[in-house]
Amino acid sequence: MNPLYFDNAATTKVDERVVKEMLPYFSEKFGNASSQHTAGQEAKNALEKAKKMIAKKINAKTEEIIFTSGGTESNNLALKGLFFTNYPKKNHIITTRIEHDSVLNACRWLETKGAPITYLNVDREGFIDLNELKKAITEKTFLVSIIHGNNEIGTIQNIEEIGKICREKKVLFHTDACQSFTKVPINVTKQNLDLVTLNAHKIHGPKGVGALYIKKGIKLIPLAHGGGQEKKLRSGTENIPGIVGFVKAVKIVNSKDIQRMTILRDKLISRLLEIPNVTLNGPRKSRLCNNVNVSFNNIEGEAIGGYLENEGIYTSTGSACMSNTLETSHVLKAIGLSPLQSNSSLRISISKFTTEEEIDYFIEKIKQIVTKLRRISPLIN
Amino acid sequence: MSEFLHPKNMGEIKDADGVGKVGNPVCGDIMWVYIKVGKDKKGNEILKDIKFKTFGCAAAIATSSMITQLAKGKEIEKAEKISMNDIASSLKGLPLIKMHCSVLATQALKKAIEDYGEKKSLLNVPSR
Repeated sequence: MNPLYFDNAATTKVDERVVKEMLPYFSEKFGNASSQHTAGQEAKNALEKAKKMIAKKINAKTEEIIFTSGGTESNNLALKGLFFTNYPKKNHIITTRIEHDSVLNACRWLETKGAPITYLNVDREGFIDLNELKKAITEKTFLVSIIHGNNEIGTIQNIEEIGKICREKKVLFHTDACQSFTKVPINVTKQNLDLVTLNAHKIHGPKGVGALYIKKGIKLIPLAHGGGQEKKLRSGTENIPGIVGFVKAVKIVNSKDIQRMTILRDKLISRLLEIPNVTLNGPRKSRLCNNVNVSFNNIEGEAIGGYLENEGIYTSTGSACMSNTLETSHVLKAIGLSPLQSNSSLRISISKFTTEEEIDYFIEKIKQIVTKLRRISPLIN
Repeated sequence: MSEFLHPKNMGEIKDADGVGKVGNPVCGDIMWVYIKVGKDKKGNEILKDIKFKTFGCAAAIATSSMITQLAKGKEIEKAEKISMNDIASSLKGLPLIKMHCSVLATQALKKAIEDYGEKKSLLNVPSR
């Protein structure tokens, strides 16, 4: 039996159709999009077509999309690029306690450059309080950056409401949509979005490619200076194979796959909650269709993950021991979990390739493992 | 890895002579070690039986299992001297970031032995 890959929030398997689409751009159509000759123009055309397609997917204009190396770069460009455009006139950023590290650590760095940052709290399910957001906006605020679908607990924020508030208060709104893109509709006009981070490798596309939507008229200082590609916002020869793969990955997303994942996710959650003393982290509704996160109280997540791996099942933990820092997950802490509950957590993230048989196999194995580990837990008499 | 997947000496000793409870739920791991003391033919005190219960990662479970195996049947004074390096080398290496797990295991055993010592001295207080 092949390993069961239940860590699709980390990354996904590249779809074969994506690979096929990318292949000619390595050694046949390998031109540089900045070159004037035919090979260059071939690349340029592929690039423009790609922008058009990504733009259409989020109801943006073609010229409002730039390609980057991925979510981390897009988030950094949005935050730092806007800060250096607005500073010192405006310097305040509002974000949340449950952002991806690429937003949190960019914010922490900006704090050292003179940006006061407000980290909004979230409730038990990971939702921000819209009133707290309203109150946090000051005349020094230039940006609100809030993750759309959370990578650990799957919470989908109400970005339309957040967008409305930002529009009323005349501050920019950026969302990191790496996990939610293609799973939850994104409409930059309807949702009042000013900047959106997107990436490819969470949706069966290649690693090393992402995009940033920047609403027309918004000025950013680039992170990388050079040949002036991507409207001078992101110098460097464009990764055409990656970009072509990204677009193919978006094209082949199918609403039936989303529905199937949702059904499998709900089945998985229900079956896991039948095990005694298991709690769900994150919401039941407004949750990413591929995300499950539970705490198996009184046993440690990484130990569970280790036993699962031995059964050929790959998952992920928010536990202390997993990371190099030995710190527990900031997201689980933000939703009010104790360090013990946080260390007992396991993230199971499925994909369109996940089958019902795999879910059944997983449930059978996890029950055995939980029983075994609870037998040796000092927390149980 | 096999130590983690197939740990030895799991569980508790109901009438243990000493129990060592260490750990910190904030950093992650909790280990309890139970010992039963007996005497060998020469009359030295030995760890006749030893068991553990652990809340922790793979390395914590593996080090708990390993220290119980290293200590079982040993004279108390020798068992007390088992070091984190003894455990790591018996496990054929432990990543640096997991060394604290083996430290925790040695602490748990030391505490269990201390607990035994305290109980014994209480019992040996001569009655007036």
